[in-house]
Amino acid sequence: MTLLEIRNLTVSFDTSRGPFRAVDGIDLHVDRSEVLAIVGESGSGKSVGMLAVMGLLPPTATVTADRMAFDGLDLQTITPKQRRRIVGRDIAMIFQEPIASLNPCFTIGFQIGEVLRQHAGLGGRASRARTVELLEAVGLNDAQKRLGAFPHQLSGGQCQRVMIAMAIACNPRLLIADEPTTALDVTIQKQILDLLMRLQAEHGMGLIMITHDMGVVAETADRVVVQYKGRKMEEADVLSLFETPKNPYTRALLSALPENAAGDRLPTVGSFLDGPAGGVS
Amino acid sequence: MTDVALETRGICRDYHLSGGLFGAPRVLHAVKSVSFRLARGKTLAVVGESGCGKSTLARILSLIDAPTAGELYIDGARIDIARDGLTRDMRRKVQIVFQNPYGSLNPRQKIGDALMEPLLLNTPLPAAERRERAMHMLRKVGLGPEHFNRYPHMFSGGQRQRVAIARALMLSPGLLVLDEPVSALDLSVQAQVLNLLADLQDEFSLTYVFISHDLSVVRYIADEVMVMYYGEVVEAGTRDAVFSDPQHAYTKKLFAATPRADVASIRARVEGRRGAAAQAV
Repeated sequence: MTLLEIRNLTVSFDTSRGPFRAVDGIDLHVDRSEVLAIVGESGSGKSVGMLAVMGLLPPTATVTADRMAFDGLDLQTITPKQRRRIVGRDIAMIFQEPIASLNPCFTIGFQIGEVLRQHAGLGGRASRARTVELLEAVGLNDAQKRLGAFPHQLSGGQCQRVMIAMAIACNPRLLIADEPTTALDVTIQKQILDLLMRLQAEHGMGLIMITHDMGVVAETADRVVVQYKGRKMEEADVLSLFETPKNPYTRALLSALPENAAGDRLPTVGSFLDGPAGGVS
Repeated sequence: MTDVALETRGICRDYHLSGGLFGAPRVLHAVKSVSFRLARGKTLAVVGESGCGKSTLARILSLIDAPTAGELYIDGARIDIARDGLTRDMRRKVQIVFQNPYGSLNPRQKIGDALMEPLLLNTPLPAAERRERAMHMLRKVGLGPEHFNRYPHMFSGGQRQRVAIARALMLSPGLLVLDEPVSALDLSVQAQVLNLLADLQDEFSLTYVFISHDLSVVRYIADEVMVMYYGEVVEAGTRDAVFSDPQHAYTKKLFAATPRADVASIRARVEGRRGAAAQAV
């Protein structure tokens, strides 16, 4: 059952040198309780595409698509008011820099409570109880005491847990995680990925994992979309992508992994694309 | 007897914290008695998570900070900057490359000037000679003379890291301390920079101290590996010994947390997930 469906999505930005296409005709879909990974390097348009879905792009961006629907609801024609009701409740997003995406002026208890008040109409004691429950669900110990903590009093991994608690506060049906572990240590990364996968399985959420890290893809995804310069290079289930990558760019990315190094120099993506086998123009 | 480029004996670094108005002053042991020897032309990788003291160690090795105890030998000569101060000769022996190429270059200084500055400060070379050497070094790191008069914002992250490496090599040091040099870079760019580092090491027989938290990169580049945990070295040895047979519990935990991108472990994970989904139904 398709949860999010995008057909021919194009996002362009007006710049002084004319329009720049960050996303160029992307098709993708996510099913219920499916984990989709979008992989690409910086500038591949992987975040911009998802920001377009959330309606979080600045006014300089032009978004066009043949279809952009969440659970049958057309995201292109809904009013801003309807969108506000969905975003944060049915679709939630986690960003890369956990410390920067929390408001430094308010306690984490207040910030999670704000989501509950806005979307679930919870207030006072009910909101407080649910906040503690959420913080416990994301594995933040001493949840009761942490309610009054400010973001600067927590570590990066703890802040990311708070962000996840906020994102799952209203049991979203789709969670978009934009490089959720890039700024974190590997041991913390492991904990956060395990947490996301556990929550995903428990709630049957659709999960879109935006990342540049092939290791994260290998550990989480069911299906993978590889993007390069705003275009989709390849789409495959995770096993066949790693086993038999079809697109030259995917092959280049996988061979640039240090653990796949053959000989004493790494093959680079640039040399691969310039070569006769290059499939990207 | 091999040619030892760098040796430390019981290096410690303590920080004295005031503890505030009423609190008792505390001592933070950032680095606790680190001893190692590193042969010329080899690479030592220092691994550990944030806060384990690896960057503090990098600052001591690159003569930015003085150790509070212990002895540091470079090319067999004892160096104690707390007692003797830092001479130009010492500065020419060790250079450091920082993690963030965006932050470590002056945005208002042209690349050429940034490259010539170490020569201006540390050598009596005339301007024409300085310029000649900067041009030469630009070509060595894969950039061209046309980049000489550009500003840092006109470069990509990978190019900026090349500039930072070029700048560190201007004084032809024998020892280069690399503090997470590829952590901020995309996979394909990371491969290029790692190749560049390997080429430069061969050409100038450089000794590297490579600080990283990415085990796949460490496995690719290191000859010797040292694992740090809360300021202490918990494991040290050759790369093959540490990777094939980790002894300390923390090293094992680190390996377990590193995402595995090989087909066999992906297949195991996917099958596990299918099994769990089937049980839920």
